[in-house]
Amino acid sequence: MELEYVGKSYDRKDAMMKVTGTAEYVDDLRFARMLYAACVRSPYAHARILSIDTSEAMKLPGVKCVITGDEYPNRAGLYLEDRYFMAKVGDTAKYMGEAVAAVAAETPEIARQACDLVKVEYEELPAVTNAIDGMKPDAPIIHPDLHTYKVAPIFYPEKGTNISHHYILRKGDAEKAFAEADYIFENQFYIPHVQHVPLEPHAAIAKYEANGKLTVWASCQSPYAVRQALSVAFAIPLNKIRVIAPTVGGGFGSKAGTTLEGIVIPLAKHCQGRPVKLVYTREDEFVNAYVRQGMHAKIKAGVRKDGKITALHNEFIWDGGAYTEYGVNITKAGGWASAGPYDIDNVWTDSYCVYTNHPVGGPYRGFGMCEIHFAIEQNMDIIAEKVGLTPVEIRRLNGIRPGGFTGMGEKMEVAGLLDCIDVVVKEMEYDKPSAPAGPHKIRAKGIAAGWKSPSMPSNAGSSAILRMNEDGTFFLLSSAQEIGQGASTVLVQIAAEVLSVSPDTITFCAGDTDYTPYEWQTVASRTTYCAGNAVKLAAENLIDKVLDLAQIKMGAVKRDLEFRDGFVVHKLYPERKLPISDFALGVSFDDGSGYGGPAIGVGSFTLENNIKTDKNTGVAKHHPAAFWTMGMNGCEVEIDTDTGACKVLKMVSCFDAGKVINPTLFAAQSEGAMVQALGTALLEELKLKNGKVLNKSFMDYKIPTADDIPELVAKYVEHAEPTGPYGARGVGEPLMVPGAPCIANAIYNAIGVRFYKMPITSEDILKALKEKEMRL
Amino acid sequence: MKNKVNFFINEEPVELYVDANRTMLNIIRDDLCLIGTKEGCGAGECGACTIIADGKPLNACLVLAPELDGMHITTVEGLAKDGELSELQKQFIKHSALQCGFCTPGFLMSGTALLQENPNPSREEIKTAIVGNLCRCTGYVRIIEAIEETAEVLRGGGQ
Repeated sequence: MELEYVGKSYDRKDAMMKVTGTAEYVDDLRFARMLYAACVRSPYAHARILSIDTSEAMKLPGVKCVITGDEYPNRAGLYLEDRYFMAKVGDTAKYMGEAVAAVAAETPEIARQACDLVKVEYEELPAVTNAIDGMKPDAPIIHPDLHTYKVAPIFYPEKGTNISHHYILRKGDAEKAFAEADYIFENQFYIPHVQHVPLEPHAAIAKYEANGKLTVWASCQSPYAVRQALSVAFAIPLNKIRVIAPTVGGGFGSKAGTTLEGIVIPLAKHCQGRPVKLVYTREDEFVNAYVRQGMHAKIKAGVRKDGKITALHNEFIWDGGAYTEYGVNITKAGGWASAGPYDIDNVWTDSYCVYTNHPVGGPYRGFGMCEIHFAIEQNMDIIAEKVGLTPVEIRRLNGIRPGGFTGMGEKMEVAGLLDCIDVVVKEMEYDKPSAPAGPHKIRAKGIAAGWKSPSMPSNAGSSAILRMNEDGTFFLLSSAQEIGQGASTVLVQIAAEVLSVSPDTITFCAGDTDYTPYEWQTVASRTTYCAGNAVKLAAENLIDKVLDLAQIKMGAVKRDLEFRDGFVVHKLYPERKLPISDFALGVSFDDGSGYGGPAIGVGSFTLENNIKTDKNTGVAKHHPAAFWTMGMNGCEVEIDTDTGACKVLKMVSCFDAGKVINPTLFAAQSEGAMVQALGTALLEELKLKNGKVLNKSFMDYKIPTADDIPELVAKYVEHAEPTGPYGARGVGEPLMVPGAPCIANAIYNAIGVRFYKMPITSEDILKALKEKEMRL
Repeated sequence: MKNKVNFFINEEPVELYVDANRTMLNIIRDDLCLIGTKEGCGAGECGACTIIADGKPLNACLVLAPELDGMHITTVEGLAKDGELSELQKQFIKHSALQCGFCTPGFLMSGTALLQENPNPSREEIKTAIVGNLCRCTGYVRIIEAIEETAEVLRGGGQ
């Protein structure tokens, strides 16, 4: 069937507000009598808080309130309830920068001044500053009460250790397969902490009404998840908390959970109806928002002479930081996907989430996949070289196909990886060597594959409401958050397609837990799929209800009627039609009576049969993942042998998107993902020393600028996802996954040096070239 | 001690008494409530607060309030005239040159300043003009294309 609105490049719904500077982000909201918050933060990576004296701070004119950890009755967390929003006296501060007190004052300057007057007495404790050390028997224990924390039933903290989750995957008989293998490869990789760097820093405002109602405006991806965490932390019923997410200036996972919202709430509670605002500084972003967890990977591969991989033994050790309420699931996701997009019969994986006294690890675009693929995809090239295959051949040989099986033993009905390989090979002219470069320059190409599935609770729900207005226009209510990825446009296109009305007639309303319906989270590249399904159901529901009325009004059988171009049309007699607006308020009859209005459609979507894997083997009974999105990157780099500088000349991406709802927005996601991956490959690392973040500004932590970008080619193939709306599956995160290993592989192909860690800086390359020269 | 400053913002005259330690960004956002100009770092490193002052792009977070005196400032709110978007704003929409939108006003101001000075910029000149503006979403390519096409359209219009 020809699609009218899905698959077309509509302009972004949010563009007009954003180009005129009128889109309002949290820091743009101004309320009468607003107060400003600032935090007192621990100067130690690990320290017991002996006492806090707030009396001097309280005396400063303009200070309204000073709070400490006493305000927090309960621990909260998404999967593992392991944190208060502030360290408590008698307990420990677990990373350098953790909030230990907070102030609300008439101006931000007074609040900061008052923080300097809060006296905190600490007893410094030995810190864990490396996840591998954190697993040793004599390591200081960061969460001694870990075994008492409430945890989702798919995570397994180990009592008396720093291990908050140990994910196990045991498929087939790896030991036997290694014994029979022709080659065995063992390699180790390290992926450092990086930061998401949304351009909008985190911000929140809290306000208590006289009736006890709490409203929180938050720069967050998931207003409902924030509401849930705050409800638990402060023991407030859900009907007394309203979370509003206005325009969100980028998230990439850093705004997926709850961060600073928990600080402003108790301040607001003590400030008699006055709103309290807290905006993170850029320095806060690098230290006190989520960071991407560091990861140590060991990969052992058993390989047959012809290049077929028969066995894998993986060990992933994740540096989870001070709290792993979210990190445990990244550890699981990394373990799930540990075979990569390859069909391998025997897989043995241990993935450990380890507490350290580092900034809090959290979800970052790719959710573990960027990290594990840096190892997996370099390993593939290492194997290929040894067995005499090209990087393309080894991926074609091992790549997962329809009917093949994932590392978890899940059967793949749809898998477009091999098509993506073909597209990238063609676009990169990968079969041809690079054109000769100038003097002291070497060029080479590289490829890498990647995949990702959402890693979410099986009851992660989505809902949507469609309201028809009197004139036949619509409001689409959803709490799937527009964070820049284009959700508002894509969801409207899906509704428009079902309703057969122009997307211009649908207004998208999001992000208010009192008025827009439940959405678990805007994460996991699940929005187009999950929220998209809910929207589709809502539109179908509205049509169903309107056609109930139309059959009365039009004297026709319901099955013969349909929505077409703003009319209810008789399929057999198309001249018999009425505008859909005639049914907005129901139908009315000649005798003056009415029936059946106003028109409203509701849709709820829960992924069915999303059965969890076995605890002891990790092997899937059915489909533990909603879908797998897979694809490939290719790139060409140019190395300057005098300076070590690596310039990426071209990057090509091809992914199997199932169905692309909006080709322009897909390309925009793909381009952004490639450049973000380039940043991690060549530039970005959160430098940590004894728990201290050394580079907490853009001066010291460089992200790619316009000067760094290569020629970008964004391609896709479409093998429909059977349960996706119009066959769509999520793409936002998977698109970033192969970028960094692709660049690392190209660098190897250029200079013959393999880098087992990122970023691969100019200094690293120059040093490697010098060492290589000395060896010759 | 407050300093009296007179300046023009989006062609409107303004007279204010300001503390010397405040920044132009504070004045624009908090006193004039022009919230389109964003603070991304407060240290002149991200370009989200770029405005045009006397024809030149400037990070508003690095300018102290007394220096405003006598300046002609344009913010993102001053780009559209009589409800009609500037060509660059239109091209940003057409090229989907924005995602989360937080950096967008800064890019629009850097791009506008470039095109005022150089109606026929090369791709390299465009990159140089926006190299002080950070974007984490787009990968920059659509922003560059939007500025390129704006230059083409404006040149065409002048003929």
